[in-house]
Amino acid sequence: MLEYIDSIRKIAEKILKEGTVEMVIGFRRGTVPLMNEPCVVKKPEDVKHLVWDSSCGVNLANYLPDRKEKIGIVAKGCDSRNIVTHIIENKIKREQLYIIGIPCKGMIDRRKITGMLEVEIESAVETAEGITVKGGGVEKTFRKADVLQDNCAICIHRNPVLSDEPAAGPVVEQQGVDRYEDVRRIEGMATEEKFRFFDDLLAECIRCYACRNACPLCYCPTCFVDESRPQWVGKGQDPSDIRTFHFLRAYHCAGRCTDCGACERACPMGIKVRLLTKKLEKDALELFNWEAGLSLEVRPPLDTYKPEDPDEFIK
Amino acid sequence: MKVVKINKQKWTEGIEALKNMYRLYGPVKEDRFHNFTLLEKGVSPDFNFQNTRLSPKGVIYPQTEVMFHYTLDESREDHHVMKEAAGEAAPRAIVGIRPCDAAAFLLVKRNFDTPEYQDPYWVRAYEGTTLVGLACQQPCQTCFCTTAGCGPFHEEGLDVLLVQETDAFLAKALTAKGENLLKAAGWGEAGDGGTIEKMKQDAETRIRTAVHTDRLAEKTIPDLFDAPFWDDVAFSCINCGTCTYVCPTCWCFDIQDEVSGKAGLRLRNWDSCMYPLFTFHGSGHNPRNAKTKRVRQRFMHKLKYYVDKYHNGIQCVGCGRCIRLCPVNIDIRRVCELMNTYAASR
Amino acid sequence: MQNPYLPYPVRIDEIVTETVDKNLKTFRFVFLNPEDEQKFSYRAGQFAELSVAGKGEIPIGIASSPTEKGFVMFTVNKVGLVSSYLHTMKAGDIMGIRGPLGNWYPWDVLKGKNVVIIGGGFAFTTLRSSIVYMLDPANRKNFKDIHVIYGARSPGMLLYRDELSAWEQRDDINMHITVDATDDPNWKYNVGFVPTITEQKAPPGDADTYAIVCGPPIMIKFTQPVLDKLNYGHDHIIMSLEMRMKCGIGICGRCNIGKEFVCKDGPVFTLAQLNGMPREY
Repeated sequence: MLEYIDSIRKIAEKILKEGTVEMVIGFRRGTVPLMNEPCVVKKPEDVKHLVWDSSCGVNLANYLPDRKEKIGIVAKGCDSRNIVTHIIENKIKREQLYIIGIPCKGMIDRRKITGMLEVEIESAVETAEGITVKGGGVEKTFRKADVLQDNCAICIHRNPVLSDEPAAGPVVEQQGVDRYEDVRRIEGMATEEKFRFFDDLLAECIRCYACRNACPLCYCPTCFVDESRPQWVGKGQDPSDIRTFHFLRAYHCAGRCTDCGACERACPMGIKVRLLTKKLEKDALELFNWEAGLSLEVRPPLDTYKPEDPDEFIK
Repeated sequence: MKVVKINKQKWTEGIEALKNMYRLYGPVKEDRFHNFTLLEKGVSPDFNFQNTRLSPKGVIYPQTEVMFHYTLDESREDHHVMKEAAGEAAPRAIVGIRPCDAAAFLLVKRNFDTPEYQDPYWVRAYEGTTLVGLACQQPCQTCFCTTAGCGPFHEEGLDVLLVQETDAFLAKALTAKGENLLKAAGWGEAGDGGTIEKMKQDAETRIRTAVHTDRLAEKTIPDLFDAPFWDDVAFSCINCGTCTYVCPTCWCFDIQDEVSGKAGLRLRNWDSCMYPLFTFHGSGHNPRNAKTKRVRQRFMHKLKYYVDKYHNGIQCVGCGRCIRLCPVNIDIRRVCELMNTYAASR
Repeated sequence: MQNPYLPYPVRIDEIVTETVDKNLKTFRFVFLNPEDEQKFSYRAGQFAELSVAGKGEIPIGIASSPTEKGFVMFTVNKVGLVSSYLHTMKAGDIMGIRGPLGNWYPWDVLKGKNVVIIGGGFAFTTLRSSIVYMLDPANRKNFKDIHVIYGARSPGMLLYRDELSAWEQRDDINMHITVDATDDPNWKYNVGFVPTITEQKAPPGDADTYAIVCGPPIMIKFTQPVLDKLNYGHDHIIMSLEMRMKCGIGICGRCNIGKEFVCKDGPVFTLAQLNGMPREY
């Protein structure tokens, strides 16, 4: 994927020069190893600052809602599905966008790497073979497949579903992937065990809302946790308030989540919040045969009513 | 300054002895990270860390704290009258706090303990806590304490400074509180503090990154406020509260009333200038209605307003947590450089 | 250590609906503990946090003057959670007030000077406090000419109407009451926006004349050029700001403009001071 950067820069330069877009949203080199920072490029000569590697996990579709400009945007498979959802939900117009499609081979989870090393990472170099990290006098190379983000390991939509110009040829989609093994494990727990599991899962939460703010779907002008008349959720560290926030947020993403992993990636406490959203993704698939963000033409199931919609729950 | 030597055996015994006199907090590994927790019987602080994920500010200044309780039951004589929540009386000690985090408390104290008003909750908690610092011999890549007003062996703000040697600790008592703690732990064997200075200089050379703050004071607030680089700094920000919550020098809070039946509490919770509601008026007006304005506020506060208000350096101790944990890699070192070198064109 | 977050318990003594749209009510509070009234000694221009147990606190300017004893008075606009609940409360209900908070109009500087008070809408509350303070027999000789320009959208939206007409009768104060528009044929005062009436009636600025301006942002925006035209120096224009507040004592960190806290270093600032602060209000 490292080779994509030349074509990304070329395409970005072209669309800025031609005036097709006023700005290009992409990544620039981060200041710490294995991180890149989302940035905006407005002048063709600045495209040299754009970078691309396997540390570009932030979902850039998060920066689109309610913008009025013509925007070029670098979009991986999951990002492109969120763009489709944004267009369907009227948060951005298709005509505003020039999507530089990225057939994605997966993003690295830097926490997995730090977990496997006892020392602090001082530098990281990505090659076609893997990631070589150095720190505390130690040097180690990891195979990319061993340190992928959890969502990337089970991704079945690596190629962008919507794009104006691909930065590279398509990649082969993974086959025979079991996306819901962990969800089924939790579904199989007894009620008490499940409750304790969620308690443990959310015990570290500091209500920073990084998960919510990193998520492209969470664009409400006033989030339900911030409402005061009436106040639905307490703002403190009471576990029932923390649970309410996470469970309800997962429900608000039901049928819309593309499992881009931005939430888990953003969480400073490393909470595996995808375990909640994936349950709802599984439900949407099983109840409505629905996967979010695949087509501009079809309205999502929670948007529409069909007589044959399942209704076991109200019998 | 009295220096004592503590061997492994004395260390373990002393820690257990301290638990009888203090509520003892120390770094404990949870999953992959360390955090400061109350040490149960038999649990020792784990010093195999560079720094904790969350700062220890939460020990003195909990994320959610009850300020008052009251009853709304009108049959009670004192209905609707606020009663101050009883604080925890027992003294507390934090063992293994890094010098940067301890220096941070001094920065924050200027906010909570002013000539006109004192916050009784914070001040009582801080004054009732003894801080036993652990000198930093392996700073992180992202540490810049030496240019942020403190350093890996910085003593100001600590009651005791512990320095780890191969098989023992050296402990330097810095205050009366510190001496009392050493006595309570039974750590009285005289030690040779001669090596500490050399170790300090060694550690300071290991600080690999720096900020420059020398020209922040000479600029005017309106000039920096109207500088053109804020849009670029703020673009990637997602306005979560991560930086403010992990930062040891951030202190903003919200006051909320919560009622259950007829019993009520007035609490305070950590709050963040990153959130849109922070400055939202009842009328609907919001002076910081755009993300860029909020990002600008945070950096202006830390690197300019605080500098101008207290003439004691920036409101940052260089612990690097915000740099490591920001989901989009916004780097305060970069912003400080932009502000320090900014020349307003006239 | 005194707890600055602890409110003094008070009882609502009287509630008066000020405006025809019922959105503004004046509350009169009496301290449950008489010694609290001494502790609450305040100056015109300050505010207090009104605390409603179970709902929260709101920062409201003190409308009564320190010369009025036995009670404290506030006029509250119904905008949000706490103010709406407050509007449903009755005489006899218990709540709390914290204060006095903030700085006050610079009475030491204003001694021996002409004072021009310019107010709009329901920002008039601390201006009432100031007028009653200045008109008090013990204080009146400390000030030279007093002019008051006060306007609201319509006659029914003016605050303290009885007191306004009483002041109008006096010869030791010049009242210029105005409304934006009215279809009342018996309206005997001015019709016109506050900036317009200011231009017509305010005395010219000079070393001995100060203006205290308090009103909605739009009024302030258009009054300022008028005062410039009338030659008021920016250090002779005194303003009172609003900001979202919680603690009111400069600790929770939310009400800052630059390095000043509106609750502690303000809410009263001169225009000269504001010019040196970021435009973030």
